[in-house]
Amino acid sequence: MKHLPLKGLKVLEFSQYLSGPSAGLRLADMGARVIKIERPKGGDACRQLAIKNMWADESSLLFHTINRNKESFAADLKNPDDLLWIKRLIKEADVVTHNFRPGVMEKVGLDYASAKVINPKIIYAEITGYGKEGPWKDKPGQDLLLQSLSGLVYTSGNENDDPVPFGIAIADILCGAHLVQGILAALIRRHKKGIGALIEVSLMESLLDFQFELLTTYYSSGEQPRRSRFSNGHPLLSAPYGIYETTEGFLAIAMVPLAKLAAALNCAALARFSQEEAFSRRDEIKEILAQFLKQHPAAHWLRQLQQHDIWSMQVLNWREMKAQEAYRVLQMEQTINVDEKNIVTTRCPVRINGERLFSKRPAPKLGEHTEKIKAELLNEAS
Amino acid sequence: MNLLEDIVVIDFSQFLSGPSAGLRLADMGARVIKIERRGVGDICRELYVSDVMIEGESTIFHAINRNKESYMADLKDADDLHTVKELLKSADVLLHNFRPGVMERLGLGYETVKELNPSLVYAEISGYGNEGPWRDLPGQDLLLQSVSGLAWLSNNNSNTPTPMGVAVADILAGTHIAQGILAALFQKTITGEGALVQVSMLESVLDFQFEVLTCFYNDGNELPVRSKVNNGHAYIAAPYGIYKTANGYLALAMGDILQLADLLKCEGLKVFTDKKEWFSKRDEIKKELAQHLKTGTTESWLSILQPADIWCAQVLNYDELMKEEGYKVLNMELKVKTSNGLEIKTTRCPIRVDGQLLISPVGAPQLGEHNEPIEAEFLSSQVALKN
Repeated sequence: MKHLPLKGLKVLEFSQYLSGPSAGLRLADMGARVIKIERPKGGDACRQLAIKNMWADESSLLFHTINRNKESFAADLKNPDDLLWIKRLIKEADVVTHNFRPGVMEKVGLDYASAKVINPKIIYAEITGYGKEGPWKDKPGQDLLLQSLSGLVYTSGNENDDPVPFGIAIADILCGAHLVQGILAALIRRHKKGIGALIEVSLMESLLDFQFELLTTYYSSGEQPRRSRFSNGHPLLSAPYGIYETTEGFLAIAMVPLAKLAAALNCAALARFSQEEAFSRRDEIKEILAQFLKQHPAAHWLRQLQQHDIWSMQVLNWREMKAQEAYRVLQMEQTINVDEKNIVTTRCPVRINGERLFSKRPAPKLGEHTEKIKAELLNEAS
Repeated sequence: MNLLEDIVVIDFSQFLSGPSAGLRLADMGARVIKIERRGVGDICRELYVSDVMIEGESTIFHAINRNKESYMADLKDADDLHTVKELLKSADVLLHNFRPGVMERLGLGYETVKELNPSLVYAEISGYGNEGPWRDLPGQDLLLQSVSGLAWLSNNNSNTPTPMGVAVADILAGTHIAQGILAALFQKTITGEGALVQVSMLESVLDFQFEVLTCFYNDGNELPVRSKVNNGHAYIAAPYGIYKTANGYLALAMGDILQLADLLKCEGLKVFTDKKEWFSKRDEIKKELAQHLKTGTTESWLSILQPADIWCAQVLNYDELMKEEGYKVLNMELKVKTSNGLEIKTTRCPIRVDGQLLISPVGAPQLGEHNEPIEAEFLSSQVALKN
């Protein structure tokens, strides 16, 4: 693409692991220059965090997934010389992000108040686990713990299951996404008014926001959301909403009036329920439907349901998904070369002016750009 | 000054994905005008969940659409369409989540609207993108979770595919479109040029899985295997998961099994001396741990683990969460009031700006509540010219 929307912006990323770095990745893919500020010893701790023991170079595949399209500047924030370089970088930067626990940036003299003195127009964006006050502020901001404390684990799985966590780091990802929103909105204001901003998000607030429909309903009814006993799809939704087993494969059925579903499936037992009972008697209804659907393969039911415009789909695993034309046309994959080795990952999900945003640039080696960036700073100064 | 002051968003979207993006923009200071069908409006107005209504109205509609205005129009009526086009001439953003082709048929496709207002940011959310065999299928959250492999990541391995119990595809697509809109608005403030920004729920929910999908792409396409018991994440070693205790549940994130064995006095764990086994034998480890943790209360385990800096937490439901000081201190609850006096408690925007909470007391609009003032404001110059 000729001109990415964030071209010309410089972001300093002091963040590690997933929440902050996922924000940096989005900004990078939309055109910003993102420079990771990393400890000379080891760098971003995510470099050594591998899943399935998969490595791209001396850093993990996971690190490469989150940190492609960025540069790396190695600096020890406790070393006065390094700190001086960082301050020079802040002077030239548009955005700073970090996800240290409360107090860490203050200790090294790089908190918002200090950064603002160096660069009054800086957008200073920070992620905490639980905010900066209250009894939880120093707790580890770890995804599973946040899911557990925020009530989220009582939304998935069936009623009699133990609490079921989301199998993806949802708190980290949402919080990173919210940080991006705050940063971009602040950049718009800065351009109009010439002022910087402090943007703060926390994993906990992001997860509560995520549950806003459930929480609003809870605040008004006083009743805890209850997962259905069978095929729970969403605690607030009526039958048939959920996933059902068939003789071959699984079938997802979303919102549909019961009478319409009964007619489409030719299921007399379902027709006995009125629409008013779709929530209050959803366990019975879902149990009947589950039994009924065990007669034929998912593909058979799907034809019947889609003919009647009923919202339903087959449940696919990744291999099955990858084989679909509908997946291939998206061109969601991109190949990146790391040390003569190709790795395949996903691209940015946002398209601009009809174009997909690809970037072939791999994640940086630790400190790969330190000298280059120092030279740039010296050039700018002279 | 609010971050998005003076930004006007014309929002044709319904349900959750688009409207949740509109809500975020509104909370950061934009003026969001919902364009709603005459008579019925956003279908979400009629979507009652969990049999809960607030004075006959849908709780979730109010949660999603607070802090917005409503302009009622029949887009198939020439006069109404004319008015909407007038609005678009002075707007900054158009947002819609119709199925592919609908806006074009209404005469509001990107190319047409770009002629009206070249600096407009035109944003659209689809289910599956604008091409391919699924393009006309309904972009519904559960269905997106089902076709994207997401349903195979949560719950234990013997369980059937388990959807995430919040509309995660909708919310992520809304989050991503807001990001794209804001990036395009930033560019517009500099160059004056508009842009087309597109997101599909499928691409959003694939992006959501980027860490684990990248693993799958590069490991010879091995499918994820959830752990047999106490699954927290298909790709993470023991102890990662939620465990039953004598009086509740305990969440344990990444941790050193041998350290846990010592701290918890769990002899059975001591044989797992090889770190690699913490992943390859995680089912055995988790079973051992699960048996052991049943013998004590959550509080007793936390009192041992927390001082040792083990990543652990109690598991709370909403009733319990509301009582926690850690929740209260966030001031996450927000009271809003509609023009006819209805008061609703919901949550606020999760972003803080310059140390301030973003709080607006404005409730969701009545259908067509703002037709008159909007016409007076946006059409007056036009009418004056005609006369």
